[in-house]
Amino acid sequence: MKKLVLFIPLALFLGMGVFLYKGLFLNPQKLESALEGKPVPAFQLEKLETPGEMLTQENLKGQVALLNVWATWCPSCKYEHPFLMMLARQKLVPIYGINYRDERAEAIRELRHEGDPYALNIFDKDGRLGLDLGVYGAPETFLIDHKGIIRFRYAGPIDQQVWTETLYPMVKQLQQEASGDATAQGTVQTSGAAS
Amino acid sequence: MRIVTLLLTAALMLLSTMALATPVDTYEFKSPENQKRALSLAHELRCPQCQNQNLIDSNSPVARDLRLEVYKMVDEGKSDSEIVEFMTTRYGDFVLYKPRMEGRTYILWLGPVILLLIGISAGMLFIRKQRSQGAAAVDLTPEQQAELDALLKGSKPDVKHDKGQN
Repeated sequence: MKKLVLFIPLALFLGMGVFLYKGLFLNPQKLESALEGKPVPAFQLEKLETPGEMLTQENLKGQVALLNVWATWCPSCKYEHPFLMMLARQKLVPIYGINYRDERAEAIRELRHEGDPYALNIFDKDGRLGLDLGVYGAPETFLIDHKGIIRFRYAGPIDQQVWTETLYPMVKQLQQEASGDATAQGTVQTSGAAS
Repeated sequence: MRIVTLLLTAALMLLSTMALATPVDTYEFKSPENQKRALSLAHELRCPQCQNQNLIDSNSPVARDLRLEVYKMVDEGKSDSEIVEFMTTRYGDFVLYKPRMEGRTYILWLGPVILLLIGISAGMLFIRKQRSQGAAAVDLTPEQQAELDALLKGSKPDVKHDKGQN
């Protein structure tokens, strides 16, 4: 019994060792979003393509969607862009863009050259909406449900692996929830649920 | 021509110092107290992008925005807790260098105290045990005493036999 007591420090040490060793492999850049479960913050910003046309959080409601924060100054966004184009062609889920701290003319030019995967593009010149969303770098992608609630945040560029392993399963699940709500209320099904 | 070159050089020199400047914002506070409070707050908030730097040290655009946001809110007369609330609802508890006291941070705050208490009590137990054993060690049997005397007399350097030592 007494000898066992002497092993307690060793056991504690090993426990701490395992705990800290695991900590070495965590990604410190992967921060949980404080906004998951909360609605998209209220905003009133111009549409990228048409100055003067105002968009608000209401424009994002109605179907499950991706909200993608991007900018022309952001190299990872350029890396992500072809994948977003492919996603947009598949029409699984609408992608809304937030053009974050960018120049309007350059952003429009870029979309004209490289293709425009966005159903809507919000022009967030001062990064105010980005700040309210807790964005700390582009690209970031928020998954929002049909009620405009943020359900998931992915920081960094989306690629095939992230999409198939993380995002698409959640999109499917949220679309099922949405269609469940829609039939319960006897309203017309959203196009997101139909696809 | 020479004047133009001179002017150009001067302009370039000015520009280069601007590029070297550390993040110093030209923000005018309403009062020195506000400035003090805002700076101490910004020192306690972490930049979400370049982690391990606070809002003052970091010159990333996000840190600059947040810093100015803190300054503005202080000048608007918002309380410290309101400003911290504003930051954590957007960026999570991560931005706090000083974690809040709540359910999941108890171990963080109280762990060291608990460890210290365990250490102190283990130390006290050990010392008490040593004391009581020290008192017992005086009572040697006559044989042990004889053995000890012999050993001390012989004063062999490599004594392996330490029966009566404790």
